[in-house]
Amino acid sequence: MRFLDYHVDGFFDELFGEDGRPRSSAKTLIRNIECLPDGELLNRQKAAERALLQMGITFNVYGERAGTEKIFPFDLVPRIVPAAEWSRIEKGLKQRITALNLFINDLYHDQKILKDGVIPADIILSSKAFRKQCMGFNPPRGIWCHVTGTDLVRHRDGNIYVLDDNLRCPSGVSYVLENRAVMKSMFPQVFAQSKIRPVANYPSKLRDMLEFLAPDSVTGPRCVLLTPGIYNSAYFEHSFLAQQMGIELVEGRDLVVDDGYVCMRTTKGFERVDVIYRRLDDDFLDPECFRPDSMLGVPGLMEVYKRGNVALANAPGGGVADDKVVYAYVPRIVKYYLGEDIILPNVPTYICSEEKDLKYVVENIGKLVVKAANESGGYGMLVGPHSTKEQQAEFAKKVQENPRNYIAQPTLALSRVPTLVDSHFEGRHVDLRPYILYGKEIFVMPGGLTRVALKKGSLVVNSSQGGGSKDTWVLADAPLTESDTSLETKTPGALAGAAA
Amino acid sequence: MLSRVADSIYWMSRYVERAENVARFIDVNLQLMLDDPSGEGQQWLPLVNTTGDQEAFEKRIGKGTQENVIHFLTFDEENPNSILSCVRAARENARTVREIISSEMWLALNKFYLMVNAAADKKSNALTNPHDFFTEVKNANHLFNGISAATMTHGEPWHFFHMGRMLERADKTSRILDVKYFILLRSAQDVGTPFDDIQWAAVLRSASAFEMYRKKHGRISPRAVVEFLLLDREFPRSINFSLTGARDSFHAISGTPLGTFRYPSEKLLGQLCSELSYAAVDEIVNEGLHEYLDDLQTKMNKVGAGIFETFFASKTPKPTKKQTQSQEQRQ
Repeated sequence: MRFLDYHVDGFFDELFGEDGRPRSSAKTLIRNIECLPDGELLNRQKAAERALLQMGITFNVYGERAGTEKIFPFDLVPRIVPAAEWSRIEKGLKQRITALNLFINDLYHDQKILKDGVIPADIILSSKAFRKQCMGFNPPRGIWCHVTGTDLVRHRDGNIYVLDDNLRCPSGVSYVLENRAVMKSMFPQVFAQSKIRPVANYPSKLRDMLEFLAPDSVTGPRCVLLTPGIYNSAYFEHSFLAQQMGIELVEGRDLVVDDGYVCMRTTKGFERVDVIYRRLDDDFLDPECFRPDSMLGVPGLMEVYKRGNVALANAPGGGVADDKVVYAYVPRIVKYYLGEDIILPNVPTYICSEEKDLKYVVENIGKLVVKAANESGGYGMLVGPHSTKEQQAEFAKKVQENPRNYIAQPTLALSRVPTLVDSHFEGRHVDLRPYILYGKEIFVMPGGLTRVALKKGSLVVNSSQGGGSKDTWVLADAPLTESDTSLETKTPGALAGAAA
Repeated sequence: MLSRVADSIYWMSRYVERAENVARFIDVNLQLMLDDPSGEGQQWLPLVNTTGDQEAFEKRIGKGTQENVIHFLTFDEENPNSILSCVRAARENARTVREIISSEMWLALNKFYLMVNAAADKKSNALTNPHDFFTEVKNANHLFNGISAATMTHGEPWHFFHMGRMLERADKTSRILDVKYFILLRSAQDVGTPFDDIQWAAVLRSASAFEMYRKKHGRISPRAVVEFLLLDREFPRSINFSLTGARDSFHAISGTPLGTFRYPSEKLLGQLCSELSYAAVDEIVNEGLHEYLDDLQTKMNKVGAGIFETFFASKTPKPTKKQTQSQEQRQ
């Protein structure tokens, strides 16, 4: 397999420089791939896909026949992030999460930031994700956003920008872990020659974080993962994480509120639950508090939560900071709470509720990416340059009808990574979603989910819209530290729950 | 463990075992028909009778030809007891408990599912040589059970797994015996002839019991075959052996000492085991094997219903579906 015909086509390429030569971080990998006999990489790619299908590592596609499963397409050529660049990303993410957590807490208490006029109050108060039910509430250990999957992109200028803060139930981390397992079996020699930081301790870190949230009076807390059920698109991930953490996977119907506590129905009666990692939207959590028609939640759960008898991660109400309009204000939020300049910049964003911006957006809709404030997964969005005039007109109308619900951004020239297409390489656009855990301290997983738009020229990387994934290799500049390599962290009590 | 999880494990195991046994039914009949020199005794409808689906079959399919019956029992998506439906149901259950069972179990079951799914494709010619396909189904179940026994902790979840499998097997062995009964009805004149012996041997083979039977009883005699498949204490597909296994797992789950009971279904299962232990084969045959098996199946269904009430039913009562002859998972 050779890269002779590979061109960067004027885009920023993660593995090759503008001169067409491999970046220094990618040299080992490129050399190894070029040594493979013809067709070998394609064989390995097929073997990897077969393994994924047999392991049932699939996601469900909405809008098709119920229970239709697809494998998440996986490309063998990884994205590589040099150590120095990663350490800047890590610092930037920690800064962002710290500020957002302070921001959410402020919104549900004194709302100083609104009183000081940094953000127009009506933007927050009109947000669907602002939960009046949470006013005045102090979540366990003061944490609101426990698990975050921030979407990062690199533009043609070489800079990394934050595209999206996923503070609700970000998914995809299981693919990171599975992709790595597949890559290690496909390229053992490259792993042996490079210093690639491992990602395998994520489930242990996640479990530690959950146990940290348990009420003080509880020893050996019981943590569970709450899933909407097998027809949810991320069901595989829920099941995988529960298995890797060694905690129960529960559905709403398995839980019941009894005598002021949340309990699960077991073959031996009710057993108490202390911490719930919920992968269910706020709306569905508790029909007595949020949507009364929810069949997936647990009636009375929020009462128990407010009394401090159960912890929820992520905290209900935290999604307010994950609104795409609020996103536009994050640099100001960071400055307001931390007094610092933002390390990882936002993509320039037009706020349609501001008259000047709205006018610009409507006039230039063909050049912009327009997004609905409360949608994710690539739904409710328009990519101007890739849309028809009719689609643009239809979207412009929607934006004018409800400007509060829309933002727009310039169409970015996302960076590319060589991707196996038939039996040669072509550049495909990628983004990167690292996962951040906020527990006793903030932990940024070294790596993340690199999503790739497999269609030629496409900029939409979502799995529901024809995207695939790649492994992400974060290189270590120093010898790996102990916290990188030890699978279990040495917190007393980390194993106690497993025996319960 | 969670009631929902126990329910799923129990049914995952029952459905895999059921798929294997349906393969065994069809295989025994194929063998019987091949051994019928005249070709007059071509009978396929009895198979549908034994799975309790005759009504649905007559309504939807109609004629009981070999092709129709085999398709109905293997790949018919609308028949909940076809091999395809069973393996799908087993896998759906497994999907809800992936984090409880071992990854090896999941992998084996998923491959089993992909294999049956591919065979069910119209373009596949799995049924040109059905014997090979049925052997594959049987082996897939053996593999799944072996992997389960060797990779899953033998704690509460495993006992639900084991109990489900053993109850299903007892039920299906009783139905395999019944296949012979239905065929006997049509060919009473053959009783005691060499052809009758051939038929009984085929019944034994379909339960993988032929060689073990030979070692114990030598000559083929209807009485001894019934004794072997119904009452033998050591042969792993006999009804007595299977029910005893189910009972032991029940006690492991409930924690009740053997010989006593806490739940109604525990009592009924214990009584069934005692009955089989003290039964004499002559009495059974004289009073009518079919009637005896019918009664046994009813009681086993009651045990199944009792297990649901005791361990799986949620505290809020739900309307229950009509009980069919062949039990199904309640939603």
